[in-house]
Amino acid sequence: MVHEAVSPSPRFLEPKDLSLLQQVLGHHANDSTKLLQILREVQEHLGFIPNAAVSFIAEALDIPRNRIESVASFYSFLHLRSQGTYRVLFSDNITDRMLGSQTLMERMCQQLWLQPGKVSEDGLLSIGTTSCTGMCDQGPAMLVNERAITKLTHQRIQEIGQLIRNRTPLNDWPADFFYVEDNIHRAGLILGNTMAYGEALQAGLTLGGAAIVDVVKRSGLRGRGGAGYPTGLKWEACRNAKGNQHYVVCNADEGEPGTFKDRVLLTRQADLVFEGMTLCALAVGAKQGFLYLRGEYRYLLDHLKGVLQRRRESNLLGVDILGQSGFDFDIEIHLGAGAYICGEESALIESLEGERGVPRNRPPFPVTQGYLQQPTALDNVETFCQAALAIHMGADKYSAIGTSKSTGSKLISVSGDCPRPGIYEYPFGVSVQEILNDCGAVNTRAVQISGPSGICIGEHEFGRKLGFEDLPTAGAFMVFDDSRDMFEVARNFVHFFAHESCGFCTPCRVGTSMLKQTMDKIAAGQGTHYDLAEVENLDHVLQTTSHCGLGRTACNPVLHTLKHFRPAYESRLKSLSFKPAFDLDGALARARQMTGRDDAGAHLKENE
Amino acid sequence: MSDTFQLDGQPVVFESGQTVMQAALAAGHYIPHLCYHPEFKPHGSCKLCTVKVNGRTAASCTMPAEAGLEVESDSEELNALRRTLVQMLFADGNHFCPSCEKSGNCILQALGYDLEVHSAGFRHQFPDRPLDASHPDILLDFNRCILCELCVNASAEVDGKHVFALAGRGNSKHLIVNAESGLLKDTDIALTDKAMSVCPVGVIIKKGVGFSTPIGERRYDQRPISEQALDDAPRLPSGEAHD
Repeated sequence: MVHEAVSPSPRFLEPKDLSLLQQVLGHHANDSTKLLQILREVQEHLGFIPNAAVSFIAEALDIPRNRIESVASFYSFLHLRSQGTYRVLFSDNITDRMLGSQTLMERMCQQLWLQPGKVSEDGLLSIGTTSCTGMCDQGPAMLVNERAITKLTHQRIQEIGQLIRNRTPLNDWPADFFYVEDNIHRAGLILGNTMAYGEALQAGLTLGGAAIVDVVKRSGLRGRGGAGYPTGLKWEACRNAKGNQHYVVCNADEGEPGTFKDRVLLTRQADLVFEGMTLCALAVGAKQGFLYLRGEYRYLLDHLKGVLQRRRESNLLGVDILGQSGFDFDIEIHLGAGAYICGEESALIESLEGERGVPRNRPPFPVTQGYLQQPTALDNVETFCQAALAIHMGADKYSAIGTSKSTGSKLISVSGDCPRPGIYEYPFGVSVQEILNDCGAVNTRAVQISGPSGICIGEHEFGRKLGFEDLPTAGAFMVFDDSRDMFEVARNFVHFFAHESCGFCTPCRVGTSMLKQTMDKIAAGQGTHYDLAEVENLDHVLQTTSHCGLGRTACNPVLHTLKHFRPAYESRLKSLSFKPAFDLDGALARARQMTGRDDAGAHLKENE
Repeated sequence: MSDTFQLDGQPVVFESGQTVMQAALAAGHYIPHLCYHPEFKPHGSCKLCTVKVNGRTAASCTMPAEAGLEVESDSEELNALRRTLVQMLFADGNHFCPSCEKSGNCILQALGYDLEVHSAGFRHQFPDRPLDASHPDILLDFNRCILCELCVNASAEVDGKHVFALAGRGNSKHLIVNAESGLLKDTDIALTDKAMSVCPVGVIIKKGVGFSTPIGERRYDQRPISEQALDDAPRLPSGEAHD
């Protein structure tokens, strides 16, 4: 047997494909750190990355071709084999499932005579699933050739099937399919921001770099991506770090299932995001910034590029910003390609450099050795917004909002069982119950705070408060009412982690997969208490030996739901004790009858 | 003044820039390891060398040595973790020691014995990983790959060839070679390459010399790996002290 000897892709590229490749490569100046962007753009034109294109790109970039295969195969949205002219991916978050995504997918597969995960024989399309696309407040959602479609219904699925059958180009599909709502239900500091463009930046210029760091430190601002590291300390460390270049990176790889606040911020407050990045650049002395945008938000690219262009024209970016001699800074947008792990800061930097998104060994941390091993200030979208506001309003005024250890406001992405899913901005310190009241949730059984890697809380904990003192959160808030099976919720999350594990370290690569199998075994009615004990054992190994947070938190969904909703598991177990359901001694009764024996030797001993 | 940290209660002298593993091996202390190789930059993927540093777990091969660290390695808790990791690796691939050319010279197998891995622990995955027998002198048996990346690094850093790379993600991560055909025969690998000699398991196999040393007379058939690993590590000349 041979290993992948035959490739279905064409041996030679057509002249038009060649000129396209040259154009893409030229646009990126044959720079191998732009490999991921090059591969994305090639695929946008050719539908996939043919074998011959891999060789061509390898030669142009002067890198081994297996590095290209290595990178391309890491990202879910890049394909080295044709996946059809139309690549349909149903968002597979639990909130999509609760809105009926699985039935819709089955229906679509039936309608188009297709099996999930397979390419149709005529090469027209493929249908599959993908991790949460960040449309939980308007699901079920899907991506078609990476364009987001929301609010799927049976009718919409039928229409999409027809459009695909008729080979209608995506650009000619009804515009309302692609309409993404903001669903802002409660605005505060950030969403209510009406500052003129450049206003915060002007305030920052008056202060100067050192004073900006001081204000951010005194404001008490902590990172909004989940970890909660003090932003001022990060900026200070980056400012003080020695390097040839300093960089500012905005993490817009919003992949935590149930989170979609950054999508809304980039839609409604893009200027504030860029203003925060520019202020950071002023503070740390950076000339170049990057916004790492998750591939699922590809549809925002033109809008964001437009905002950047307007800001350049208004001298809010570029050379001598706002007339300050020597203050040069610009921002480039880098698109991800379907890899949750790239939300981890060092994996994001690897990806930004055109590599596989594998988390680095730390230390060193990005503030001293980040992008291209240079000092890099990397923060979440919302953090940059908060920083801009803190600098504009001053540390004292800002730190008066929220609680003592969690200053400022927090955007919450509410989804699941409630009549008003969407974005809610609160000062830190808001209770879970308050949010449940505001979104109209009733009969709530559980809330998943901060996504699968966060924590699941039950009814008796709804008085707890969001903030670093009690319930830290990156913003996801998934509501489950008493009709929901919390075992299935946990199983969905476990599948998510197994799918998104980067595979670098043994415990996470193998452990998440074993955990998935155990949950599937229990779901199939084959589980025992031994399996529940195994989950706890796996958790210990994953928590203590995993390379990064993904592996360390992968067991959380199971442990938390086991703690609060153990009956959901136990009702599925084959037996509550270790005693097998099958009666071995009873099975020998016929043999005893035939041989006429009934002595002790003809019976199995207890526990044998 | 020499800098030291404590390893299982014993002082270990280290040079600036060394990791805990490097310093420990150089000073004659064994910490179980699999993907770490003294000649290459540690990358910390197998996690077998996990130790407790001031109470927190960390991979000792990548953890920078610092003065005053309290490192715990040879404890039942840590060896139990290592045992589970070895079980995971055995379950993840297709490892049939009795018929493997590397048996007795295999580091995974040797660690299994030395750490007293007595049972499978996990359900075997039996992945489908076809062989690459295309090359006249070399066989690639992907069934045994533990994704340590040593061949990748050896080929790139020492041989300057990039014959190997890792592709895929998560559970479908796998080793690939540098050829449009995907076959080893179309790469520029040579028998004299460093990449030929670094595989800790039995993926990269020389054809025509199989079983020339009988099983039972091979390296780890003689003495356990914990007694031999130090032979491979660069050591301080005896009696030399840092100051």
